[in-house]
Amino acid sequence: MDFTRRQFIQVTGATAAGLAVSGLGFDLKPVKAHAQMLKTKYAKETTTICPYCGVGCGAIVHTSQKGDGRVINIEGDPDHVINRGALCPKGAALAQLTENENRLTRPMYRASYSDKWVELSWDNALSAIAQRIKGTRDATFEAKDAKGQAVNRTAAIASVGSAAMDNEECWAYQALLRALGLVYVEHQARI
Amino acid sequence: MTNHWIDLKNADVILIMGSNAAENHPISFKWVTEAQKNGSTLISVDPRFTRTSSKADIYAPLRSGTDIPFLGGMIKYILDNKLYHEEYVLNYTNAAFIVGDAFGFSDGLFVGYDEKKRSYDKSKWAFALDDNGVPKRDPSLKNPRCVFNLLKKHYDRYTPKRVSEVTGTTEAQLLEIYKTYGATGKPDKSATIMYAMGWTQHTVGVQNIRTMAIIQQLLGNMGIAGGGVNALRGESNVQGSTDQALLFHLLPGYLPMPSASIESLAAYNANFTPKSNDPRSANWWQNRPKYVTSLLKSFFGDKATAENDFGFGWLPKLDDGKSYSWLDLFDSMYEGKFKGFFAWGQNPACSGANSGKTRKALAKLDWMVNVNLFDNETGSFWKGPGMDPAKVKTEVFMLPACVSVEKEGSITNSGRWMQWRYRGPKPLGDSRPDGDIIVELGLKLKELYTKGGTYPDPILNLKWDYMTDHQFDAHKVAKEINGYWLKDKTIGDVTYKAGSLVPSFALLQADGSTSAGNWLYTASYTDKGNMAARRGQEDAPNNIGLYPGFAWCWPVNRRIIYNRASCDPKGQPYNPKRWVVKWDTEAKKWVGDVPDGPWPPLQNPDGSLNEAGRYAFIMTKEGHSQLYGPGLNDGPFPEHYEPLECPVEKNVFGKLLLNPTAPVYGSDADAHFTCDPRFPYVCTTYRVAEHWQTGLMTRPQPWLLELQPQMFVEISEELAKLRGITNGERVKVASARGAVECTAMVTKRFKPFKISGTVVHEVGIPWHFGWRWPESGKEESANLLTPSTGDPNTRIPESKAFMVNVAKI
Repeated sequence: MDFTRRQFIQVTGATAAGLAVSGLGFDLKPVKAHAQMLKTKYAKETTTICPYCGVGCGAIVHTSQKGDGRVINIEGDPDHVINRGALCPKGAALAQLTENENRLTRPMYRASYSDKWVELSWDNALSAIAQRIKGTRDATFEAKDAKGQAVNRTAAIASVGSAAMDNEECWAYQALLRALGLVYVEHQARI
Repeated sequence: MTNHWIDLKNADVILIMGSNAAENHPISFKWVTEAQKNGSTLISVDPRFTRTSSKADIYAPLRSGTDIPFLGGMIKYILDNKLYHEEYVLNYTNAAFIVGDAFGFSDGLFVGYDEKKRSYDKSKWAFALDDNGVPKRDPSLKNPRCVFNLLKKHYDRYTPKRVSEVTGTTEAQLLEIYKTYGATGKPDKSATIMYAMGWTQHTVGVQNIRTMAIIQQLLGNMGIAGGGVNALRGESNVQGSTDQALLFHLLPGYLPMPSASIESLAAYNANFTPKSNDPRSANWWQNRPKYVTSLLKSFFGDKATAENDFGFGWLPKLDDGKSYSWLDLFDSMYEGKFKGFFAWGQNPACSGANSGKTRKALAKLDWMVNVNLFDNETGSFWKGPGMDPAKVKTEVFMLPACVSVEKEGSITNSGRWMQWRYRGPKPLGDSRPDGDIIVELGLKLKELYTKGGTYPDPILNLKWDYMTDHQFDAHKVAKEINGYWLKDKTIGDVTYKAGSLVPSFALLQADGSTSAGNWLYTASYTDKGNMAARRGQEDAPNNIGLYPGFAWCWPVNRRIIYNRASCDPKGQPYNPKRWVVKWDTEAKKWVGDVPDGPWPPLQNPDGSLNEAGRYAFIMTKEGHSQLYGPGLNDGPFPEHYEPLECPVEKNVFGKLLLNPTAPVYGSDADAHFTCDPRFPYVCTTYRVAEHWQTGLMTRPQPWLLELQPQMFVEISEELAKLRGITNGERVKVASARGAVECTAMVTKRFKPFKISGTVVHEVGIPWHFGWRWPESGKEESANLLTPSTGDPNTRIPESKAFMVNVAKI
């Protein structure tokens, strides 16, 4: 049978951990064996690609199948042909990007001249944004330029971003912006 | 990258310049180290002795902003010592092309300059054409007007002595590097360049890269294993987001955005489809009309018909010759010309040059939408340093996006590999994938416009069926991007059914019978499945680390582009041990990597001409790589100009100190000074391994913030002594545009430069910080200091070389 490195680790990992006796004077075997089970027995495994630099390292995400359904662990993917399981400090901390109490979890709105945020529902937020876009676009739309050439655009709305989005999202975003008539469309690649 | 990450292991020499890959692309070093284990030589050139330098066999410092002299000197060395790969240069580059009589260069200026417009009339740089309109050539390279001799003449001024005076690199260091790198001109040797923002963020950014590209062409290092010109992309999908055209001047797949004078699809095609009368030039862009029609069908679906020009008129148009780039955008916003703004997955209050100007500009908006993972300096700009919320009108919507592991879709790495990601957990709280937000916003707008509005046609006609069960369906969009047949079509003896996915962009049609959102990605998602999700562990037969069954790479899974140039004109590899492709004379086909075209080699095995052969560089009109590049805005050969802010009053290479075509802005936020005693030190910006870009995704993480908690300025022991600064104390770093408090890091990694007999100090600052995180609010952005100027071709800002002062607080 032709084993890949990853299959090899999956088969032998628990055994290898079980044999390890630490130099601390007590046996960590049960703890390690339990930790190993947490990742594999109670977790869903999905592969991902690191969201930071452009190397494109592979990682494995372990998501709890029970309880809160959150990420238990993220580690390098040994079957990924570029990084072969290795990750840099940022990649190694990926679980902390996901499970992070500082993350935004609700749409928020700051009114003109206000000094605070207020929470909004998604429906209200997107409806309000759509109305702002329409109001500005319709008020500033240029059908023709001074020479009488069709330009069909608004130069009063700009967009920047995002190289942090997936290809499919980038494509959909630019299609929408162009349909709206935006010409000031830029993102990270320009800086 | 013309090549890809694993291919670094195939290089005999690796030059890392304009990049600190060991720190900023750490896993790239897996393959750099592999190359070193195989006996290759690693060269690091950087103003600072970096983590990359610590792993290098040869290190040399240079003053920021002097890469063209450094590399121009190498061109001269290669030519003087005849180290170039002669057969390659003759057959694959435009070395033998004759340049027209109008071209000239003197005192730092090319012919055709218009001082008022700050631009060149590039028609003066054109090639001399024969009766068929094909560039004249002199294969003997004797004609003084051939590219090869003009190149020689241009770089004759770049002597080691002059280069050393400008760069601060010693002549001995220069010659050691020139000799080591130049040795790879041998047909079976390879050398590669790894560069990043250290080259792009200059007023001569494109020409920095061009200088290296000239070297790679001279040495025959393009198209080969362990060669190429390799840009190390700093974001996981900045390659993909560029391919998908989130830039003002492009439509997906590098199709130019139309301007106002182009009033029809026919005019667009006539204007942007290059024509070559040379039957041996593949001139691949002659296919452009097929890609444009397929894109319009993808945008507008059934609504795009031959009768309505496939909806070409619905696209917005640019003003002819006007730039809408980042620098222009924020200059315009600073003047109060915008009402609405999206900062979607980006943090311009810290990320762009001169971000103090950007922050003030944001206060002039009516409304802003900020989509991100964390609260940030852009979304909360109204309560940032120096802002009084009671005086800021801008309404802000801050929308929570989810993290990449909480959604499904693909990203494209620096090596052009498109890789699929899966959903692990569901989005945290009420956060959502960007795709869901985009599609729902589109649906709301469509609903509003069905009730009326100004010119609703493009919005109502936009094909927008990308949801499945009320959620963004990345597979649907991936198939849309790949493209599908709209009618049954028989080509040769194969019939393609309507609705089936198009297997290759070679099959896309200009008559409206195919739809494809991005021709460059056609073949990525076919009836055989999602190619980006593949996990194949087998290497290609040439065993050079291509892994053709792992993920997918544009174009058409070609892992090394221009790969036919790795072979002699008979189709046999220059390096049989690390071959990329080769012509199988019996099977009459190329084997190895996906070749850049099916045509047979230029010559038959007996050396006679094969009429069916096509030149190696299929994306240029003439089919040859460009030692002489007449399409750029600042000259067909790279020339040294100093950064907008520099420590010298004279340019030793010519009368002009600055790039005469670099954009300059005149607002009160755009002050800049050269040789001003108030700002005596060169400053550059860089990154650390523990943070990423503006730090927005890493500063709110406890482990990473603990590892790199503070804004710092790295200064030499000599400068510290001069200014009485001790390691660890807080100091103020100021430029003409702003000031930032930093912790002084006194190191041996910076050394003073000797520039034309004068001592010049350089300092460095990371650009990862901003007032929102850490919550002390005291660690601010390096971009408060950087100037709004940039490259005249790309308009990428000059963030890598400017002048500052460093003072005790």
